[in-house]
Parts: sequence; structure tokens; C-alpha cells
Amino acid sequence: MTQTLTIGKALNLGLRKAMEDDAKVVLMGEDIGKLGGVFRITDGLQKDFGEDRVVDTPLAEAGILGTAVGLAMRGYRPVCEIQFDGFVFPAYNQIVTQVAKIHARSKGTLAMPIVIRIPMGGGIGAVEHHSESPEAYFAHTAGLKVVAVSNPVDAYWGIQQAIAHPDPIVFLEPKRRYWEKAEVDTDATPEPLFASRVLRGGDDVTVLAYGPMVKTALQAAQAAEEEGRSLEVIDLRTVSPLDLVPVFESVRRTGRCVVVHEAAVTLGVGAEIAARVTEACFHSLEAPVLRVGGYDTPYPPSKLEEEYLPDLDRVLDAVDRSMGF
Amino acid sequence: MTAMRQATEVVDPVPGASSPHLPQQPDLVQLLTPEGERVEHPDYALDISDEELRGLYRDLALVRRWDVEATALQRQGELGIWASLLGQEAAQVGAGRALVDGDMAFPTYREHGVAWTRGVDPLHVMSLFRGVDNGGWNPVDHAFNLYTIVIGSQCLHATGYAMGIQRDGAENAVLAFLGDGATSQGEVNEALIFAASFSAPVVFFCQNNQYAISVPLERQSRVPLFKRAAGFGFPGVRVDGNDVLAVLAVTRAALQAAREGQGPTFIEAFTYRMGAHTTSDDPSRYRLASELEEWKLRDPVARLKAHLARSGIADAAFFTAVDAEGDELAARIRSGTVDMPDPAPSSMFEHVYAEKTPPLAAQQAEFEAYHASFEGEK
Repeated sequence: MTQTLTIGKALNLGLRKAMEDDAKVVLMGEDIGKLGGVFRITDGLQKDFGEDRVVDTPLAEAGILGTAVGLAMRGYRPVCEIQFDGFVFPAYNQIVTQVAKIHARSKGTLAMPIVIRIPMGGGIGAVEHHSESPEAYFAHTAGLKVVAVSNPVDAYWGIQQAIAHPDPIVFLEPKRRYWEKAEVDTDATPEPLFASRVLRGGDDVTVLAYGPMVKTALQAAQAAEEEGRSLEVIDLRTVSPLDLVPVFESVRRTGRCVVVHEAAVTLGVGAEIAARVTEACFHSLEAPVLRVGGYDTPYPPSKLEEEYLPDLDRVLDAVDRSMGF
Repeated sequence: MTAMRQATEVVDPVPGASSPHLPQQPDLVQLLTPEGERVEHPDYALDISDEELRGLYRDLALVRRWDVEATALQRQGELGIWASLLGQEAAQVGAGRALVDGDMAFPTYREHGVAWTRGVDPLHVMSLFRGVDNGGWNPVDHAFNLYTIVIGSQCLHATGYAMGIQRDGAENAVLAFLGDGATSQGEVNEALIFAASFSAPVVFFCQNNQYAISVPLERQSRVPLFKRAAGFGFPGVRVDGNDVLAVLAVTRAALQAAREGQGPTFIEAFTYRMGAHTTSDDPSRYRLASELEEWKLRDPVARLKAHLARSGIADAAFFTAVDAEGDELAARIRSGTVDMPDPAPSSMFEHVYAEKTPPLAAQQAEFEAYHASFEGEK
């Protein structure tokens, strides 16, 4: 069946399907029950699945992740909602020292099939701690996987695939795109979770993005086309493990690469990609890999966030600089 | 009115915290005096056979022998580090023997005595401290989680596991171990809150050994630790941690209450770390030798031995046999540790994920090719 869904609704339906498919799936988080979460992603689920499977937890993020570890050891598949990106840090210890390492520590005896859902990124005019992009912290940690969806189709299938997956996954949801719509065929065969995807073919520059910046990259490609430039846009979809094979193929053709993300560029995902693309495509490159991202400042007050966040013009500026080499 | 009185109650300073040798501990549950005399407690009866008593002594003596051997092995360079349980044998054996089939335990990194009661091979524990393993045993087979080194983190795992037991409709309980220092951790307090909120079948077993490495209890708490439980809304009890019988009785009762749906209990086992925090520590920098001398008078192993000997439950031949068994165990631990092979270099790439990711597989291949490039060289 094909229906028009927002990213938020696609996540809601995906969670519902995962809970129907596996009785061990337990949702945990702050205000996810009666309220349905501050973004209403879990709307109606507690009513249908009960308080034992949609758990309004005490207001304590380390508590949510720490008890999720215990539930996972007992055979459950916890899906933890962190209310906002900037609130994940109280749980950072549990995620990095326990969730990520228990499988290795136990030599594979203890699985940690935990999904950590985090609304990610800025652009909603919020106060501090509500607009951050923490993906690099998690991608830097062995044992975790990091997925960043950009559209309703990936949201619907990705959340189900993440829940069914045996490893812990930080599942980043593009907060300001929650209300973006697309056609979702719920009978289709989903694409693999940890695979990047070429969204738009092009010959001049390869533009990489994930999560909320995919739409920005596509808008830039549209604008560039009107100026006679052909951008190839790749949605990375997964930040860890990175699927760079399609990226290498593309860059060997275009010779130029621009990476776009909201997070600060220094030691960010783009830095890793630049190193890997340089290593794999050195002889094809016509220009250094360029990064477009946040600055090395705290996320600014919301009246300044449009200056901080990459937009169409900053992507095109990077494309210009790349072409100028 | 009761609640009102509780809220305004002025709690005494920690009895004996700054001077643990002071005798006034009115709330301490005890079934065996330091001299080995059996006493009764109105709330904690213990029905125990002579054979079980001898078994407890054997546990205490063998665990201590293991610990002594491990410390020696570290001094000889065979272990990277060792966290001694000297002085805490009764707290650990008593708690461990209170568990029944279907229960689960979550240790810190010092629970060698509990590991023993769960049937974990001491060599598997040694493998961790020798540096050949980050875990060492199968936590599912032994219903004994792997050691958790980040202070207090395991209390949340225990609580979550107990929430799983609730969802399974099972009548089992979880025993979460922690130390006095851990009670300052946010995660431990979150565990107490989650356990209370969901009435989870978990018992928090806090071995108050008086020091968090060098920092004494009075820097961690203005109230006796067991009284903290009241603030979370569940029972707290202080037991003489050097009295294996009292620990067994108190822990059994708490676990049974949890299994019956009465929710969590916080047990403070009042004890003393007679050795260093680890082999890297130097307690002479922060505590007086006289303090240790006072606590030697409460030695948990000698206490049960005195009781068994005085009451005729065990004779000299029994003690000789246990000593001999201890020497055999120590010899096995020594040879098994010294002969323990190093792990294969490539093994670090295993089990990071359920299935190796392509980037990690590529990294492993590079690592192996690098090593292979030295083959044939001296």
C-alpha cells in the first residue's frame, strides 16, 4: 500500500509495525506515553501496546539507557527516545562505556540490540541544547552504529531495520524535516540499512550529505543545474559504518567532492570522509575535498542559526571553490 | 503524622564512619558476634544446617586463599593489577549464597567471592586482571554479569534486568553490587529511582568498606548509607558485613521480598577493606595502621571458624582439609595464570559487532598484512 506520510508519521507507523512483529520490542523515554513524545512520534502506541511496552520513564537519560542495557540482557529490544540531541549527554557514559562495549566484552555472548532515537539538528528556532548534531561522538565509538535518515521512506523502513538489527544503533531523526512528506510504499522491499544511495546523477561535483542536509544538497543541485552545473548528490544514510564505495565511484568520475553536515567541521564526519576519499581517489581528484558545516562555536542563539547552518548558498559556494581549483 | 516525623527527623552522623572501630552501631544486624558467638535477631532468623555452615567456611577460606595468591602473582608480575577482597569475604559469600536458580547478579570488579559462589572458574577472573580478556566468563551460564569497572553503572543494568523479569512474569530477583563510593554516582541514584518507580525485583547490596580508594565515607554521605533508601521509598537495612550468617539471612529475605513483588531493598553491608584498593594503592597514605588492627578483631573468616570450633560443628581435621584444599586451589590458580597464553593479536577485531562491518574487516586485513610483512625477520 502506498500512502503519503511525513517523516514523523512514517516513524510512528514503523515503530508500530516493529512492535507488532516482535513482542520483545519495548519503547522507553520521557513523555512518550500519553503525550506521545514531544514530537508525537510515539503517538497512540501506549494506548495500543500498554505501559509495559511503551514506558514513560523517570526523567533521567542515563537511567533510560542503563536500564535498557539490562532489558537487552534479559532478551528485550529496547528503543530509547532521547527527547532532544543536547540531552543525550547524561546517557553518554552508558552508551559509550556499556552499550557499545558489552558485545565485545562478552565475546559475543551478550547482544545489545538497542536503538537510541535522537531528533537531530537545528533550524527550529529553539533554545540551547535543542539543535545539535552529535553524530561524530557516536561514530567515533567502536561498537555503535549511527544511522541518519533524511526522508519518510527511510524513516519507515529504517526504524524497523534498526530495531531488528543485533547491534546498538544511534538512530538520528532530522528534527526540522519531521513534517516533510513523501509517498511510502509499505509493501515494498526496503533497501539495506547501511548503504549510501545516489539520489541524483551529475558529472561536475559529488555532494555528500545525510539527515537534514540531504534536502539542502538536493536544493543546491537544482539551483546549480539552472546555472549549468551538474551535481551528483549522495545520501550517505549511515554515518557508521560509512558506505563509501558509491562515493569513490562517483568521485573518480567527477574528480571533486563536497561534504555537507550541520555539525562542526573540525574532526567531524566530513573530515573522515575527506581523508578516505583522498586516500582512495587521490589520482582522480581535481580539487581537495571541501567541507560545509557548522563552525567551531557552541550552537548559536536561534536568531543566528541561519548563519551557522549550511544552506543552499554555502553549498554552492563550496561547489564554486571546488570548480576553481 | 508519621511521614511528617520522618521528614523532620534529625539523623545522627554516621556511627563509626570516621572511627570505624567504635562499637555503637544500634542498627547493625548481627547473628554472629566478632568472637564467634551465635546470637538471634528478631527480624532475621536463619535456619541453617551444620553442613551448610561448614560449606560457608570453606567458601570463605578458599576465596581468601585465592585472593592471597592473586596478590602474590601481581607482585611477581603475573597480573597487571589485582583488586583484593581481603576482609570482605563474608559480605560476598553471604550475598552470593543467598541467590537461587533464576536469580541474576551484577558485580563490580571486586566480587571474586560472589564469582566463586556462582561457579565461575577463578582462572577466568584472573584472565581479566592478567590482561588477556576484558570479560572472562559466560555471564549467562553463571547468571553472573561480567565485572563492570565504571563505578555504579551496573546498578542500572541490574534494574533494567529486573524490569525484564517483571515483563516475563517470572519470580526471580536481581542482586546489584556496589560500594560506598558508588552511592555518590548519579547513575546509582537513577537506578534507585527507576527501581522504586517500577517496583523492580532488585536488591542493592552495598559493601561499605569505609573507603572509596582513599576518600572516607564521611566525604560521601552525611547519613548512614542504608538510611538513604528511605528517601527513595523502600527499605534499607544495615548488616554486619563481616558476619556471613547475618549477610546470608538479610540478603535472602530481601531477595525473597523482591521475588514476591514487594520491590527493592537497599542493604548496607558494614565491612572493611583490609587490604589496599588495588595492588597499585598505598593505604598507609590515608589511614592509620591502628584502624586495621581494630578490624582484624572482626575478621570474617576467623569469626566463623571460632563459631564452628567452639560449637563442635567442625573439628581440626576439617580445618586441615580446607587448608589443604586451599593450597591445591592456589597451586592451580598459580600454574593456570602463569601458563595463560596471550590472546591472538587479531582477536581484538572480533565481536565488536554481531557481524564484522566492511570498514573493520578492511582494517583487520591491513593489520594482518602489516604483521605478515615482518615474517621471516628476527
